[in-house]
Amino acid sequence: MLPELSREEILRYSRHLLIPEVGLEGQRKLKAASVLLIGTGGLGSPSALYLAAAGVGRIGLVDYDVVDDSNLQRQVIHSTSGIGMLKVESARQRLLDLNPDIQVEVYNEPFTSANAMQIAMDYDILVDGTDNFPTRYLTNDLCVLLGKPNVYGSIFRFDGQVSVFDARHGPCYRCLFPEPPPPGLVPSCAEGGVLGVLPGTIGTLQATEALKLILGIGDPLIGRLLLYNALDMSFEFVKLKKNPTCKVCGPNPEVTELIDYEAFCGVPGHDHEEGAAGSGLDINASELAQRLRQGNHLTILDVREPHELQISSLQGAINIPLGQLAGRLSELDSADEMVVFCKAGTRSARALELLYSAGFRKVKNLRGGINSWAREVDPKLPVY
Amino acid sequence: MPSLKIPTPLRSYAAGQSEITLQGETIDAALQDLVTKYPTIQPHLFNGEGSLRPFVNLFLGEDNIKDLDGLATPLKANDRLLLIPSIAGG
Repeated sequence: MLPELSREEILRYSRHLLIPEVGLEGQRKLKAASVLLIGTGGLGSPSALYLAAAGVGRIGLVDYDVVDDSNLQRQVIHSTSGIGMLKVESARQRLLDLNPDIQVEVYNEPFTSANAMQIAMDYDILVDGTDNFPTRYLTNDLCVLLGKPNVYGSIFRFDGQVSVFDARHGPCYRCLFPEPPPPGLVPSCAEGGVLGVLPGTIGTLQATEALKLILGIGDPLIGRLLLYNALDMSFEFVKLKKNPTCKVCGPNPEVTELIDYEAFCGVPGHDHEEGAAGSGLDINASELAQRLRQGNHLTILDVREPHELQISSLQGAINIPLGQLAGRLSELDSADEMVVFCKAGTRSARALELLYSAGFRKVKNLRGGINSWAREVDPKLPVY
Repeated sequence: MPSLKIPTPLRSYAAGQSEITLQGETIDAALQDLVTKYPTIQPHLFNGEGSLRPFVNLFLGEDNIKDLDGLATPLKANDRLLLIPSIAGG
């Protein structure tokens, strides 16, 4: 039995009720439906807003982050006044302000193999708006195991992808991407950046697909992947087929319960801002400042892209972007003591691996990059 | 000649271009032409044994080349290849 709509709801949703494909029955289906949004960031912001506005009766939000200044360029559900607040709380307030007739449930915790099943069980549809590979594989496998649709969206710089992975009727995420890329090869948005409006486009498309699934109308993106490029303003589609050897949705699955996705992907389950090389190969900003004050001779290598030097730079540093480092090792002397840095320590940690494999032994990684130098040593420098 | 559309994450390895014209009568030959023109893209597409990395998806038109004859798939003059990157941003 579908829930009835109140007089107020009939007025609120009148533009939906006028469309024959939605109508009164469709609106009641939306009211009866539940959608779980994994992530309340760039993609989750517009998805959640439109699903709430559309009258989806129960919306779940999973995120454990707090609202940060650097989120607001794209995460439109949050506001300047909400900086420092829990993202799920900031989002909940905004959604209930937009539509007090819906239920919003929040999960202020990392989405992991330990809690995912419990959280997702009671929802009809999952919307994948996470920012990292481990949580994407987790969301996929969870949806396959629970037999629920996974409305997938993913972004980087100007590129976006959207699909509906529903293993009951088509391929899953693993059919397309059986294995994650090796750690470090694909930059995250925290490292590589993203056009602020891009998640708006992609997250809105995800919300569209979720609404179509609830209403049972149109042609969902099952078995199709949409590729969007904002620079070219191109929308292209490719066909996706079920992989007969898929480890989770194939006829002989190896993955029959949730696994350790951080181990599977070799990276943490969050878009980590600060990077470190580990194994005693890191140096803190204040330590580095002290060594420079003591007059130690150090080569400082900046592996950021040239346009980032306009934001902040360290005097006397040599700039070789990470992508060019392998071809420009001859410009460096392995006999010199060297400290490598980038924005936040992730790219420089990779540079360190490369330098190490090329025989450089006196190299250290500036933990937290030039941003931690700006925080700890030189407050005149901006953090970005 | 066949062309290849390059996604943003890989454009910096292809002189910033979004689409490249390639020579070759098979996908393999066209990719060899790509790597000859832009050597730094090589490790992003191929592993040490010279086969496509498992997270790299190459489509000929709408079809995954895994569903065709893989790298041996023949190419026609107006064919369009599409590289689909593994991206995770949200």
